Amino acid sequence: MDLNLTEDQETIREVFAAFFDGETGPARARSAEPLGFDATAWERLLETGAPGMGVAEAVGGGGASLADLAVVATEAGSRIAPLPLVDHIVTTRLLARLADPSACNDDVLAGSAIVGLALRPATRGIARTVPNGAVAHRVVALDGDRLVIDQHTDNLLDAHLANHGCLPLAHRDLADAETLAEGPAAVAAHARAVDEWRTLTAATLVGMAREALVLGVNYVKEREQFGRPVGSFQAVQHLLADLPGLIDGAHLLTAKAAWAGDRATAGIAGTLDVDANDVTDFPVLAAMSLVAAGEAAVLATDRSLHVHGGYGFSEEYDIQLYYRRARALTWLLDDPARECRRLAGMFLAADDNRLAASAHHDSPQANPETGRS
Amino acid sequence: MDFSLGERTEAFRVQVRAFLDEHLTADVIERMHASGTFNDKDFNGALAEAGLLAGAVPGYGDRDPIELYVLFNELEKAGAPYDGLAVTMLVAGVIHAVGTDFHHTEVLERLLTGQFNCCLGYSEPDHGSDVAAITTKAVRDGDEWVIDGQKMWTTMAHEADWVILLTRTNPDVPKHKGLTMFLVPMGLPGIEVQPVPTMASERTNATFYSGVRVGDEWRLGEVDGGWAVMGVALAFERGVMGGTNPAVPLLNHVRNWAAEAPSPDGGTMLDDPLLRERLARTAMANQVSQLLTLRAAWIAATGGLPGLEGSMAKLYATERYQQAVGWFQQMAGAEGLLSFGVDGAAADGWIDYDGRHSPVVTIYGGTTEINRNNVAERHLGLPRAR
Repeated sequence: MDLNLTEDQETIREVFAAFFDGETGPARARSAEPLGFDATAWERLLETGAPGMGVAEAVGGGGASLADLAVVATEAGSRIAPLPLVDHIVTTRLLARLADPSACNDDVLAGSAIVGLALRPATRGIARTVPNGAVAHRVVALDGDRLVIDQHTDNLLDAHLANHGCLPLAHRDLADAETLAEGPAAVAAHARAVDEWRTLTAATLVGMAREALVLGVNYVKEREQFGRPVGSFQAVQHLLADLPGLIDGAHLLTAKAAWAGDRATAGIAGTLDVDANDVTDFPVLAAMSLVAAGEAAVLATDRSLHVHGGYGFSEEYDIQLYYRRARALTWLLDDPARECRRLAGMFLAADDNRLAASAHHDSPQANPETGRS
Repeated sequence: MDFSLGERTEAFRVQVRAFLDEHLTADVIERMHASGTFNDKDFNGALAEAGLLAGAVPGYGDRDPIELYVLFNELEKAGAPYDGLAVTMLVAGVIHAVGTDFHHTEVLERLLTGQFNCCLGYSEPDHGSDVAAITTKAVRDGDEWVIDGQKMWTTMAHEADWVILLTRTNPDVPKHKGLTMFLVPMGLPGIEVQPVPTMASERTNATFYSGVRVGDEWRLGEVDGGWAVMGVALAFERGVMGGTNPAVPLLNHVRNWAAEAPSPDGGTMLDDPLLRERLARTAMANQVSQLLTLRAAWIAATGGLPGLEGSMAKLYATERYQQAVGWFQQMAGAEGLLSFGVDGAAADGWIDYDGRHSPVVTIYGGTTEINRNNVAERHLGLPRAR
């Protein structure tokens, strides 16, 4: 057990922290509204090799693990970088994993061609609210049991859907899309990509939550009422004191999900036993991490905005930028309550399998007092 | 980051689980709830004999804090009696850190047989969170000290062989600077134990000390250095030794109940979408609580002092447990109100039990408000509010 970043990850963290500090940040996020894409920053990002870093070296990428990518996503999230990096990276990894990885070509690896992922299956031939649909040159979507790629790039920006978080959302018509794969393998490839999106979006939300807390703490140390800093009032302190544990917990869970995802890639099977609180199954941890990080980011931005008083509500202060993005990213995929019901289905199904297996081996009944057999 | 426990720790966990399979019988659990004392000397003795006790003492044994966490986490998840064991570990750790050879021979070695117990004498009727203000006094008389006062929440005092007692030895200095810690044999004349029943099944006590004479060899740490000894004890207590995974057995009890319980809407309660959502939220919170606790253990294992991280783990885990208990009590309806041993009780009475037990977890071992103060002042750097 080791909760430190590796030396390489520490370097990655420092490099990207410096990059996002210099090329992005709240001011740039504000000026990139309402589209939510900073073309200049994206051009600069290409020089770092980030767009292709998540793809295996054998396919021409940087060979970064999901754990490495989570470090980058958290740094991007804390500066609310208006860059479609998570979507691009998740999609490159999906393309590179296909039996025919040719769609993950040099332009895609370099990031000069931006790719994106439709999170939800298409309805009536339309991939709806694709996260970076208004800026992606190619969008991968699941249409029935076909994994397709849409390269229809005319008037992309016109398709942008004004939205709460100022994300580059757009619907994409899949009428002219080409098929990449079909059948259960296509469905599984899409599911794996969405699980990676959950994990890296959770990492992004952790970064947002952390910075939102910093903004709130700094404000209440400065702002004076009744002759003293409002941060000296216990009622204000306790609103903020709940957050570090919530955010750190979400961070640890997200890091564990990324670790489990890398183990799954390496062919190591995960465990799913909620009765012993032993969970190393990647899809389960991916879902949990998005729910936990979403909750942390939604609450941290809410509390931080509140302790700003009226200024938090004004456009001038940065906290409102975090507040809206935290909600948009948390709810973009689905209602967290439905995510939880899906999660319950996963561990209850695992339970059914275990029961079936133990019935098969004719093992003794579990002790009802302890749950142990 | 690497979230695997490693071969050695995994092997230890397997050993603990095998021990629990053999020794944690339904009888042990029933006895614990019937007596209200979450301490079982036979069980503790078996644990010591299996070689699982001494190694885990912080600083003393050859096991690291992650293994200490593993031991208590497995005990907690299995619903085993561990309150006495937690105090044993804490006091053994304190003796190892600041005790004398006398304390080692007289107390530590006996504690590690599992057949002896200690209880904690910190809080008083008028001094709970503000524990440095306690007034139980110890006055020197030659080679002895004479102790007078009263302690509250001295859980297990009626079964304990010693109390680790915080006393005031100097009333004329700032409150933190006039405290001295003693180990006091419970059999001494002048000590009286009165039971304090609680709304849950656990029993605690008030203890009274009237002219209790104890030799100076029972003093633990320096005269007027009691606050430093408290600091050592609290660092062991918070987070690592149980208390952060109570919702693991809860989840197990509730889902076993839900699989059988008919829903008024048809099917079983396990088909209820809201119940399924809440089971998943509980499973998620259990993972987060585990990770926050493991972090505290890992910091201790790598030479740090995880005081704040322990506060964060306790804040998160206890509030989530209370929230989950509230959800499931509500969803179990009338059957959820029925107690242990009652016909038709949901989850055999566990839901009622958790409902009775849960209010205390945000109070004992440092209240939620004290922990929030710690995080606000020492982690967020906000001005002192008191």
